[in-house]
Amino acid sequence: MNVLDFLITPAEACQRSGPNDKIVFSSRVRLARNLKGVPFPGHAKKADRLKSLETLVPAVSGLPQMGTEPFAEAMDKLTALDKQILVERHLISREHAAKGVGSGFVLNKDETVCVMVNEEDHLRMQALRPGLQLKQAWMAIDGVDSSLQEKVEFAFSDQYGFLTACPTNLGTGIRVSAMLHLPGLVLAEQINQIIQAVNKLGLAVRGLYGEGTEALGNIFQVSNQMTLGETEGEIVERINKVLLQIIEHEENARLAQLEKKPKVLFNHIGRAYGGLSHSHIITSKETMNLLSLLRLGVDLGMFGSTPKSLVDELFLLSQPGHLQIGHPEKLDAEVRDALRAELLRQRMKVVPAPDHTGVVTKAA
Amino acid sequence: MQCQVCKKAPATVHYTSIVDNQVKKVDMCEACAQEKGVNDPASFSLADLLLGLGASQKMEEASTAAGGDQNCPQCGFTQADFKKSGRLGCSHCYEVFADGLDALLKGMHKGTHHKGKVPASLRRATDVRAKMTKLEADLKAAIGREDFELAATLRDEIKQAKKAEAEV
Ligand SMILES: [Zn+2]
Ligand SMILES: [Zn+2]
Repeated sequence: MNVLDFLITPAEACQRSGPNDKIVFSSRVRLARNLKGVPFPGHAKKADRLKSLETLVPAVSGLPQMGTEPFAEAMDKLTALDKQILVERHLISREHAAKGVGSGFVLNKDETVCVMVNEEDHLRMQALRPGLQLKQAWMAIDGVDSSLQEKVEFAFSDQYGFLTACPTNLGTGIRVSAMLHLPGLVLAEQINQIIQAVNKLGLAVRGLYGEGTEALGNIFQVSNQMTLGETEGEIVERINKVLLQIIEHEENARLAQLEKKPKVLFNHIGRAYGGLSHSHIITSKETMNLLSLLRLGVDLGMFGSTPKSLVDELFLLSQPGHLQIGHPEKLDAEVRDALRAELLRQRMKVVPAPDHTGVVTKAA
Repeated sequence: MQCQVCKKAPATVHYTSIVDNQVKKVDMCEACAQEKGVNDPASFSLADLLLGLGASQKMEEASTAAGGDQNCPQCGFTQADFKKSGRLGCSHCYEVFADGLDALLKGMHKGTHHKGKVPASLRRATDVRAKMTKLEADLKAAIGREDFELAATLRDEIKQAKKAEAEV
């Protein structure tokens, strides 16, 4: 089965909701694991990689947690576009998209568990949940890991825990992360302070899209960096606490902005609506930044009953790979920018013009 | 801003690089930057960038102390491979390069000893061993107190536990 036919539609994917999903797009917990007695993928010979692939893909696909008929494929069987779509859906890493023979990918039908085989480690297993649900995601992937341990033996040492190719993942092999929308903190110019404070707690913050320090669409990813010397539960708990604080700061920043500079805020949102509704050429970068403001406007109730799932869907659909779907010839950036504008003009028709009159700007 | 290497002088050199799509930033003073060869990208090690400055140096020192260039007998991985890639070759490498790793892990993680999940098969073995240790101590105490009735019960339990251990 083609991966594009297997995946749930962007519309469906974006309609999923979870706690705190105004600010937290999604939660994920990843575990890194390696087979006992087999060199790590980066240092393994092709024959070794093929052997572990042949062991792991069926073992993972057969787990009860993967449900009936999961998608399982070798990376060399996927097209460049398939891989790009999977990256844009955050189901595989860019590194994994670059892999070919000897690497694989398994995904369950409701896209809550996905497993990369022979990325940097033999296994990178992740559980995904909408909104802030780190504990649920941890419990889900813990279950997958335990079931898998009944079938295969992982490299483990009493001192160092689960052994990984990179010492930064050693021990628990856990990476707990959440994707956050923080336009309030960015507009209030408090984001750098927050990032520094969070860094001091041993957590990493980075822009999800864009190069360097730039965070397109005001979307940030917060994750743990330390994996050894603490239990998984402690790590999940710590990051959860920090996220609840970031959420509170974001909410306060939005309120403060409304109270102090409502015109500036409404102006940003109004222009974003204009740009998205009436452009004929628009880059991916500009789109993400305008969609972020549109989402903020939706949160503030400025766009009637427009659901934020529409905005999230447009985030996905305006990515280069998603625009390419259905076009046999390779689109260049210029053509994409025109196509993207057309898509946005079309989809924005159902969004009413922004109305700021109902927004409460002063704290009651 | 303080130099991340010597933690003394103010940082004046700011090195940014994108590795695996992640931005790595290092702030250093002029002297440390020179020493680390930041201005000469060819000699700048990926291990340092990924794992923090001094990572490859710590490993090298440990390797020298152990009598020169070590390599992993199972996968052939060397010190130089680590410096180049910032990764290890196989699980056995963790034993071969243990001395250098310990110093490295101290700065990288909350601790150097795993506290998280343990594979169920090992956990069962550990539980049995822990139970045995306790039973043996209890038995000794019971004999010391001349409580032979309890001692007899404990001996039976130890026999059971030994059987369980053999089955794990
Ligand atoms: Zn210095
Ligand atoms: Zn090795």
